[in-house]
Amino acid sequence: MAQATTRVDVPVTIDEETCIDGCTLCVDMCPLDSLAINPDSGKAYMHVDECWYCGPCAARCPVDAVTVNIPYLLR
Amino acid sequence: MHMQIPPPSQRRQMQCDVLIVGGGTAGTMAALTAAQHGADVLLLDKAHVRHSGALAMGMDGVNNAVVPGKATPEDYVADITLANDGIVNQRTIYQTATRGFAMVQRLEGYGVKFEKDEHGEYAVRKVHRSGSYVLPMPEGKDVKKVLYRTLRARDVRSKVTIENRVMPVRVLTRGGRAVGAVGLDTRSGELVTISAGAVILAAGACGRLGLPASGYLYGTYENPTNAGDGYAMAYHAGAELSGIECFQINPLIKDYNGPACAYVANPFGGYQVNAEGNRFVDCDYWSGQMMAEVKRELDSARGPIYLKLRHLPDATISEIEGILHTTERPTRGTFHAGRGTDYRTGDVEMHISEIGLCSGHSASGVWVDEHAATTVPGLYAAGDMACVPHNYMIGAFVYGDIAGEHATAFAASTDRPSLPEDQVAAAHELIYRPLSNPDGPPQQQVEYKLRRFVNDYLQPPKSERYLSLGVEAFERMRGDIAQMGAHTPHELMRCAEVTFIRDCAEMAAKASLRRTESRWGLYHQRDDWPARDDGDWFCHLNLHKSDGGQNGDGQMAFRTRPVAPYIVPVPGFVRPDGVPDESAPVLAAAGTGWSGR
Repeated sequence: MAQATTRVDVPVTIDEETCIDGCTLCVDMCPLDSLAINPDSGKAYMHVDECWYCGPCAARCPVDAVTVNIPYLLR
Repeated sequence: MHMQIPPPSQRRQMQCDVLIVGGGTAGTMAALTAAQHGADVLLLDKAHVRHSGALAMGMDGVNNAVVPGKATPEDYVADITLANDGIVNQRTIYQTATRGFAMVQRLEGYGVKFEKDEHGEYAVRKVHRSGSYVLPMPEGKDVKKVLYRTLRARDVRSKVTIENRVMPVRVLTRGGRAVGAVGLDTRSGELVTISAGAVILAAGACGRLGLPASGYLYGTYENPTNAGDGYAMAYHAGAELSGIECFQINPLIKDYNGPACAYVANPFGGYQVNAEGNRFVDCDYWSGQMMAEVKRELDSARGPIYLKLRHLPDATISEIEGILHTTERPTRGTFHAGRGTDYRTGDVEMHISEIGLCSGHSASGVWVDEHAATTVPGLYAAGDMACVPHNYMIGAFVYGDIAGEHATAFAASTDRPSLPEDQVAAAHELIYRPLSNPDGPPQQQVEYKLRRFVNDYLQPPKSERYLSLGVEAFERMRGDIAQMGAHTPHELMRCAEVTFIRDCAEMAAKASLRRTESRWGLYHQRDDWPARDDGDWFCHLNLHKSDGGQNGDGQMAFRTRPVAPYIVPVPGFVRPDGVPDESAPVLAAAGTGWSGR
């Protein structure tokens, strides 16, 4: 099967400037396990478009680097 | 990362007295009680217990607290009996009714806060037909935080092991008894087996059954991690499930798919109106009857429907926002801001949700008795997936508590046989098969198609033709699922969930076909059998796997169970089968507040 590359608007965005290198709180807490640490930057990012817009990632972030947007299809 | 298939022998092996699958509402309480009774507990969660289950981010209020002086257990049992057209095992509901208040106090002891009036009395409000059981939780956002802290206190910690990011796929049985489980570490991809004296399934609703109107797979009313795992595992282990044809459908904020009215806004004076600005439901309590009224309004020239709050004082609206926008999912304010809607200036459009299975809200679940026991020895069920109608959060806590106690006693009385390797091998195949099809269709596409068929063929009103097409489609989807491809542990988790969803869809279609009448309003509205048939169908409809489970290849079989004699009279309701009432049991462990009857 061909591997298509499709751009997706993901709901959770992380401000890489403020995100703490080495912190994994948002990654640890996401019920859907949709966040991961980018090995190149050491910062968190959304690795799959799977979101209940429930917010533990943002609530637990100690530096307010996480923004939970409503998924585009619902917005 | 592209992973390799590990051999079944290469696995993490764990043991415990009581295995609990799911660390949500019921599961955390089951763990606390089992530990109190001396069990060595293993609590598994596919997410992280701190933010998992239906309360991942909190809860806005209690729907079913029977508080002494405010309501009686008899009122509550009668109300829930009526809301279910009489088809309930009252003994199960009576537990929630009589133990709920002690549970509220126990939760307060842990640090959960409930609303009280200026005299320090619980500020319960009326939403049901007769009794007042709704208790707001202004600080409900902290409920899971408090529970997690309690689980991690030193004395509990020594008894309760928590494994996050482990997802069981099958309960293992020997001689028809539950002896453990097998699952996947969703991060490392490791195979995990657990040998246990008893197993408690507390894996939540099947919230990822119907496809939301938005088309977003995870934009469901229920936490989308709750994919019917527990329903599928109980079924394959040979347990009976009941009332699966009694779907969960809820009136929600359109597109956002979050709750709107009855339990939060209604006690403050908010209500649903049609496009003409008129109220159209007889009672705001979420029942199948109410949902039928909502659907009728939506389909009429008086649609759409709205949540109306703008007649309320600004302070009241702020109070409602303070609850709705900070508990459950605190993104509702973001949603309204994006749409430019404000409760003060406009009504908010509502719609009805996709279908799901959930006994917390309706009555579809694993058949349990008043001790949370399923029909499989050693297997218990609690919370949204256990068939105790309209059990909600307090019922989940109460049944978690009951399951923890009874599972501990069962585990203490049994041996620990070796695990059935044939069942482990079958589960291994189920988990890792997608790795053998790296070019197969991905989970997102397979799941979208499966759930679109759920909408096409199962959404009420139901009929034999559509339901039969559903049965065919779900059979055909077995082939798609067998071809599904994955590359990572995370994708394997989602692929296994698709098998749970398919199992639940098949159960939902076949149970709906079997009950040839209409009942519970919209939940089981059959256009080809529009009348209620009390002569043939005043009974529970239970299903199970015909070979008695054992995780084999059995067919789905059905049986009916008579409605047990009532233990609480139901004013205004005459049992069609004429079975006389019995007196209520004296529940020795029912806790404080109530003298036995």
